[in-house]
Amino acid sequence: MELLLGLITGIFFGFLLQKGGVLRFEKQVGFLLLRDATILKFMFSAILVGSVGIYVCRDMGWIDLKLKSISIGAQLIGGGLFGLGWAILGYCPGTAGGALGEGRWHAGWGILGMLVGAGLYAELYPSLKDSVLTWGTYGKKSIPEILGIHHWLIIGMFTLLYLAIFFLLERGPKKG
Amino acid sequence: MNWFRKPWSPYIAGGLVGLLAITSVVISTQLLAKPKYLGTSTTMVRLAGLAESQVASDHVSSNEYFQSKKIKVDWQMMLVVGIVIGAFLAAIASQEFKSETVPTLWKARFGPKWHVRALGAFLGGILAILGARLAGGCPSGHGLSGMMQLAGSGLLAMVGFMAGGILAANCIYRKGGN
Repeated sequence: MELLLGLITGIFFGFLLQKGGVLRFEKQVGFLLLRDATILKFMFSAILVGSVGIYVCRDMGWIDLKLKSISIGAQLIGGGLFGLGWAILGYCPGTAGGALGEGRWHAGWGILGMLVGAGLYAELYPSLKDSVLTWGTYGKKSIPEILGIHHWLIIGMFTLLYLAIFFLLERGPKKG
Repeated sequence: MNWFRKPWSPYIAGGLVGLLAITSVVISTQLLAKPKYLGTSTTMVRLAGLAESQVASDHVSSNEYFQSKKIKVDWQMMLVVGIVIGAFLAAIASQEFKSETVPTLWKARFGPKWHVRALGAFLGGILAILGARLAGGCPSGHGLSGMMQLAGSGLLAMVGFMAGGILAANCIYRKGGN
């Protein structure tokens, strides 16, 4: 059941990634070069809809959140390192798989690299666990918890921010 | 069925990913008694562990990180398989399936040789996954799922992804393309 559910969810996810046009190298790197806003529109739309839905469902008691622990060192250093790899490969793990499905075979080399990198990380983990991963840890906290502000106020602010960005993108001279 | 054949606005496709994420969490909570949020990068760890265990199973079973991630075929690995299938189906539907070994923008900067692109993609993949595992997630797990849940870790990781990516891309590709 678990596996079937994962597969079906993945098929929908991959379908939408392709339909949204985010599986192209030029869109990915174009976003990082700040020339193309397709990725930005796609991601922020997903987050906007998702955050409202997730918190409605949580407030109704239907679901639980599953937050990842905060480690400022790990997330900023790891995030930056990821960004470097993302710029060279042109894909993140999810879109690399999707790109392969779209016939962009070169993404396959990236997936191969990710497998090697994952093995490498497993070897490095014992030393990272006691260093970088401990820098600035604050546990599994959400932004509303950290700031002590009600979550709907935060969602409202993020929603306004995303909508303002969409508005500026659509009326600006450069359309994505 | 015209909509099926055309590319969609990224707003629509993205918004539907948001709905998919919510649906996935609600359904998995009901059926599996645990919430499944979208994410992909741990699958690379499990796949690497499965591959390594073919040649050195003792090494994998004694590795702390592999053990913490439970090396097996799971929901997320099937999600990644599904992404490949779903993207393929959509590409066929919109007649956008395109065999590509070197992307245009890469060609403009590094030339048309496929093995140069292969090496670049391979090295990029290594760096990307090292970073993602260090950060504890990728743009799906941290970016989409984390930001949807207003996770502090998600926001921090997004700042890292964007800062690293924008800086690196501008250093690497500025000379080419345009």
